[in-house]
Amino acid sequence: MATTNSPTTTGPLAQPGRLPQPSAFLDVRDLRVHFPTDDGVVKAVDGVSFTLERGRTLGIVGESGSGKSVTSLGILGLHRRGHTRISGEVWLDGEELVSAPPERVRRLRGRKMAMIFQDPLTAMHPYFTVGAQIVEAYRVHHRVSRAVARRRAVDLLGRVGIPQPARRVDDHPHQFSGGMRQRAMIAMALANDPDLLIADEPTTALDVTVQAQILDLIRDLQDEYRSAVLIITHDLGVVAELADDILVMYAGRCVEEGSAQTLFRRPEHPYTWGLLGSMPRVDRAARDRLVPIKGSPPSLINLPTGCAFHPRCPHQGRDGIPCRTEVPDLAQGSDHGVACHLPPTERRRTFAEDIAPAL
Amino acid sequence: MSTHTSPDRTTARPGTDELLRVTGLEKHFPITRGAFIRRTVGAVRAVDGVDLTVATGETLGLVGESGCGKSTTGRLISRLLRPTGGSIVFDGRDITDLSVRRMRPLRREIQMIFQDPYSSLNPRHTVGTIVGAPLRVQDIPTPHGVKRAVQELLELVGLSPEHYNRYPHEFSGGQRQRIGIARALALRPKLIVADEPVSALDVSIQAQVVNLLDDLQRELGLTYVFIAHDLSVVKHICDRVAVMYLGKVVEVAPRDALYATPLHPYTLALLSAVPVPDPDRRDRAQRERILLTGDVPSPVDPPSGCRFRTRCWKARERCERETPALRELAGGHLVACHFPVEDAERTPRGRIAAHLAAADVAPATTTPA
Repeated sequence: MATTNSPTTTGPLAQPGRLPQPSAFLDVRDLRVHFPTDDGVVKAVDGVSFTLERGRTLGIVGESGSGKSVTSLGILGLHRRGHTRISGEVWLDGEELVSAPPERVRRLRGRKMAMIFQDPLTAMHPYFTVGAQIVEAYRVHHRVSRAVARRRAVDLLGRVGIPQPARRVDDHPHQFSGGMRQRAMIAMALANDPDLLIADEPTTALDVTVQAQILDLIRDLQDEYRSAVLIITHDLGVVAELADDILVMYAGRCVEEGSAQTLFRRPEHPYTWGLLGSMPRVDRAARDRLVPIKGSPPSLINLPTGCAFHPRCPHQGRDGIPCRTEVPDLAQGSDHGVACHLPPTERRRTFAEDIAPAL
Repeated sequence: MSTHTSPDRTTARPGTDELLRVTGLEKHFPITRGAFIRRTVGAVRAVDGVDLTVATGETLGLVGESGCGKSTTGRLISRLLRPTGGSIVFDGRDITDLSVRRMRPLRREIQMIFQDPYSSLNPRHTVGTIVGAPLRVQDIPTPHGVKRAVQELLELVGLSPEHYNRYPHEFSGGQRQRIGIARALALRPKLIVADEPVSALDVSIQAQVVNLLDDLQRELGLTYVFIAHDLSVVKHICDRVAVMYLGKVVEVAPRDALYATPLHPYTLALLSAVPVPDPDRRDRAQRERILLTGDVPSPVDPPSGCRFRTRCWKARERCERETPALRELAGGHLVACHFPVEDAERTPRGRIAAHLAAADVAPATTTPA
């Protein structure tokens, strides 16, 4: 995975060798999603780029308001166009989606790319049976009879582990438990064998034992279909379980990206350190105190100047480092991208000496 | 504020004396049919025979999955609900059947912190009104006025006293939870029942609130019943942990004993399901993870004998016949299981065997609630 935050100043794209048609399966370039409101423009996503290949899993991690869900909706073209300003490029299998007509994106949505939403009770229609909803999703993209589509729905429900699928297909969503509903939603997302599966907090509403079942299911399905999976979550445990690569978002921008190993072993951004320090861990002896990040996330209308994280960053304000004035670029190391003004050697030293021992 | 704090409370240490004892606690919610002539056709056995003790100054964690009755237990302890059976003894007094009026003076001693900082604060009241309400209701004398008392409380929980006149919507989730905590502290309670107090918060904010609860406990000598589903947070904050399954306590133990040597198969499965934030160990964690099949059975018609038997890979005929009693197997480590987990099952090899065995349990066909 290669990720780049291009500078906020719009101008000729600085990356050399940038092809009009990318080779990666999903290539998001400088995606910006802004919402004009009476109070000002909400810059929910402000220049995010990443690539994702088939068979790989990318985890986007961030807290509420970091822009992670807006990014996924932007890829699917689910923002209302009249109320949203979207710029940048989203290339899916050689096709650009941001500039594509809505009708074209609609044909791809559900078929080429599908979404698993966080809350299946609100994402599913309470009036129709689970089966009817899967049948509909299938028949939108396939010209088949109801009977064939229904067989497909039963098939899919069985595939995601619903017991007695032939009977449960006629149940309404409220007759399913939380875990089964999430399974049914995964079945719906899989109805057309999508190549790109976006899971937005797929297990947040679930208990741990059910979460473990669902993560296991997503992993199995990916092995089977070799789809590209984009998983969006605030839970570092879930990304560590599932993702090959991780992208950490803060205030609409990517602050750090790299392989899962790199991000957990050698994180370099102070925000990532903060997330790791805030998290109690079940696999370690209890620490005396957690190390929280001070303050709260910024308003996306009035972002702090310079690095958006600087008001909460314990490492800012050193001599000659422009944390408060300049937005840091996502600088690429050998296996790792970090958007921070601190010199890389300094970051690595700080992590090894001060941060890691306290985790 | 220090004027309210009695010295004996701050010096109390875990294990010194018992503050709360719950015996055979039950809450059955009736299921009724019929519009004019309502008749009871069954009961949701949300809490069905819970035994617990809480010592002054300690934090007892109450964990379990949704629907296991942990929140109902919390509401029974704080007497927001009336039990249908069993007894609750708080500080030497039986509070099981106290009327609303007789309960009121005791509300000073038992307070609650709620999960959702958005719905637990009245949006039309200012912070001052919200935090000051318990003082007014209980008619607590405030030497420097209610406003001053509230401002001291706000400072105690890390908010600015100037926030007095603001409304809840002006605050972030973490700040609102602090308001809820300030309200719970207003009456200087002995016991705080915290029902998922950090579940709705972002990770970075969650850590702030967890540390705050920690500091307050140390400063004010509080006793917590901490209800949560997040086993990592519970491990961090609790001294002892009780695990609930389908209305019953299946295991109680000191924190380290529970996490290191769980004795109930359900606890073992629950702990193995927690995602490990360490990509290097993910393969091992997955091989050793015990994935329970199916769902939690309905509390309307729970399984006979041991309630976990329908999903348990160790279940035998005896589990169906006989309800296991909560018995002490090691110092302070209680478990309700006929065939508790043995040391060999906690080795990597034993875990892999359990992983395979658990996957073979046929999912029950009962419809979940």
